[in-house]
Amino acid sequence: MLRLEKRPEPSRAWVALSPLLAVALTMIVGGALFSMLGANPFEAIRTIFWDPIFSPQFSGFTRPQLLVKAGPLILIAIGLSIGFRAGIWNIGAEGQYIMGAICGAGAGLALYPSESPLIFPLMLLFGALGGWAWAMIPALLKTKLGTNEILVSLMLVYVAETILASAASGFLRNPDGMGFPGSRNFKEWGNVHNGELIANTGLHWGVVAAFIAVIGAYVLFSRHIQGFNIRLTGDAPRAARFSGVNPTRIVLFCLGMSGALAGMAGLFEVAGPAGQITIDFNAGYGFTAIIVAFLGRLNPIGILLAGLLMALTYIGGELAQLMLGVPGAAIQLFQGMLLFFLLATDVFSNYRLRLAKKEVA
Amino acid sequence: MKRRTLLAAVAAAATLTGASAWAEAEVTAGFIYIGTPGDGGWTYEHDQSRRKMEAHFDGKVKTIFQENVPESADAERAITQMAIAGADIIFTTSFGYMDPTLAVAEKFPNVKFEHATGYKRSDNVSTYSARFYEGRAVQGHIAGHMTKTNKIGYIASFPIPEVIRGINSAYIHAKKVNPDVEFSVVWAYTWFDPAKEADAARALIENGADVILQHTDSTAPQAAAKEAGNVITFGQASDMADYAPHPRVSSIIDNWAPYYIARVQAVLDGSWESVDTWDGIDTGMVEIGEITDAVPAEVKESALAMVEAIRTGEYSPFTGPLNKQDGSAWLAEGEVADLGTLAGMSFYVEGITDEIPN
Repeated sequence: MLRLEKRPEPSRAWVALSPLLAVALTMIVGGALFSMLGANPFEAIRTIFWDPIFSPQFSGFTRPQLLVKAGPLILIAIGLSIGFRAGIWNIGAEGQYIMGAICGAGAGLALYPSESPLIFPLMLLFGALGGWAWAMIPALLKTKLGTNEILVSLMLVYVAETILASAASGFLRNPDGMGFPGSRNFKEWGNVHNGELIANTGLHWGVVAAFIAVIGAYVLFSRHIQGFNIRLTGDAPRAARFSGVNPTRIVLFCLGMSGALAGMAGLFEVAGPAGQITIDFNAGYGFTAIIVAFLGRLNPIGILLAGLLMALTYIGGELAQLMLGVPGAAIQLFQGMLLFFLLATDVFSNYRLRLAKKEVA
Repeated sequence: MKRRTLLAAVAAAATLTGASAWAEAEVTAGFIYIGTPGDGGWTYEHDQSRRKMEAHFDGKVKTIFQENVPESADAERAITQMAIAGADIIFTTSFGYMDPTLAVAEKFPNVKFEHATGYKRSDNVSTYSARFYEGRAVQGHIAGHMTKTNKIGYIASFPIPEVIRGINSAYIHAKKVNPDVEFSVVWAYTWFDPAKEADAARALIENGADVILQHTDSTAPQAAAKEAGNVITFGQASDMADYAPHPRVSSIIDNWAPYYIARVQAVLDGSWESVDTWDGIDTGMVEIGEITDAVPAEVKESALAMVEAIRTGEYSPFTGPLNKQDGSAWLAEGEVADLGTLAGMSFYVEGITDEIPN
């Protein structure tokens, strides 16, 4: 008989090893899935993990795209990880991402067609504020009325989606768009477009911000008292209270930070790669970032790598669809497996497997 | 199961033949789908037409596709990757792919692009759409005759001209045969979301609607109507014949195959040019699915007469006298709406009580 035995302390080796093991297991089971669908599993795995970076045909385009796709994931996940460490569960980053994009784009479009270099920084400010304000709703409801931030932040995603539809077909609609929904396209607005900083690298301001956020979070957790307070609140809420940590301020700080970062991510996206507010502007970054945060063990460097890995499975998955005819649903299943195996292998950080002796009758 | 084996076969064929199939085909045609071919509606018909086109060229043309491509930054990447993969002509089959299609087209001047339902063109970007509103007129005619509660429910997707045209056309023709008819419009803000569509249908039925029209792609409203029993529906984009003869009493079918064959042929011939196509019942791009026996014979007869009149060009669904919703005059007696106004239609006709959301 096998049984699980709780470790006195989490195993450091397993904490580091489990993401790698999860990726390996995903490759094996995913490969089996692809072969059942009639695709060559080795070719499929190669197409997903290798081709976006090294294929001579695609990599010239897809390598920069990895950064474009990973940028918002990392930026949002860093924000989420701050709250998750304190045990504050912001599930509504998708909504904050949308509201950031709407507020930022709205602030910019109000000044159309000015070419002032100050417009983009202004939009960024409003983007961050939009996301922050949207996150303050669950934060205030939690601190004043004790509501559950998981439910409130999640529900607000659907409210934000409705506002987005209204913005795209109403108050932010392109006046020259013949009545069709969708705002003006920022790509056609010189100074304001968040384009590539260096040609063919995929590097736009959002990617730069993501790197800065990684460094900022690293400093916060390793050098700053607030980082310590956050970790303490998550690990031992009572101890935190006794040592003078104000739980209300922690909630406001964590939700505010994650909201502002998600809002900024939305603004970078709408002013850059997406180009315009459309009804389907949000592509699930806010939800995928939750996976990225956990895949990266809530550690800033881990999140950076996890974001890049997630971007790789997205783009590689698209190539697999295109080149091998693997159905889109199989790719989503493949991504889901990654989280599943991570959670499964994670058990071994806190528990070890023991062979139980047969009990003598 | 059927779908799975089919996919497996497609995937297996792709793997077995490998790169050689790419080399043999003279032209590779790519398709970007908003949903999956399994939606039973919009994407299903595009995919059926893709298959028909591929079969028509018998090995000379290879097709590739990507499904579930969101109308966001992802669309531009998906289209670009398809162009890099070697597609000679790419059909982007949803309105929201408009700006991404143009952006990619600029980078790949030798690849031809075809964008469905949009209005922006360039040297290598064509647009194509169907005059679905002709079919809506027929639906409105049947609906007006069939309703007993005089309440017709309409599940609308997004407030864009195409959808507003459809509501207007159905309303005008329902009103013509039944002056007491009322329309309730639910805006679902989705093209494909079975759960939302079913909710919308149930809400409309609870409010007394006994006819449900839909401008969304799933069969969920059909199922909801079947459950309710005494409600009729119409297939949208696809025949949805699984729900015939009742609740589905007729349908609008989008038949893109002739267009796809013609456009790919033009690429083969080297005669492809950027064009704007807006075809209707006359060319067969819009088909009216079988009107079932649930509809009384005389109604069926008059509906078919209307189809015929539209086909020959004798009748246009937007013929005056018609006023706008606010009561201002739009078309005088006998006047026919010009295509430009219809293309950008953003107002209701007189009598509709719903407000276009914005």
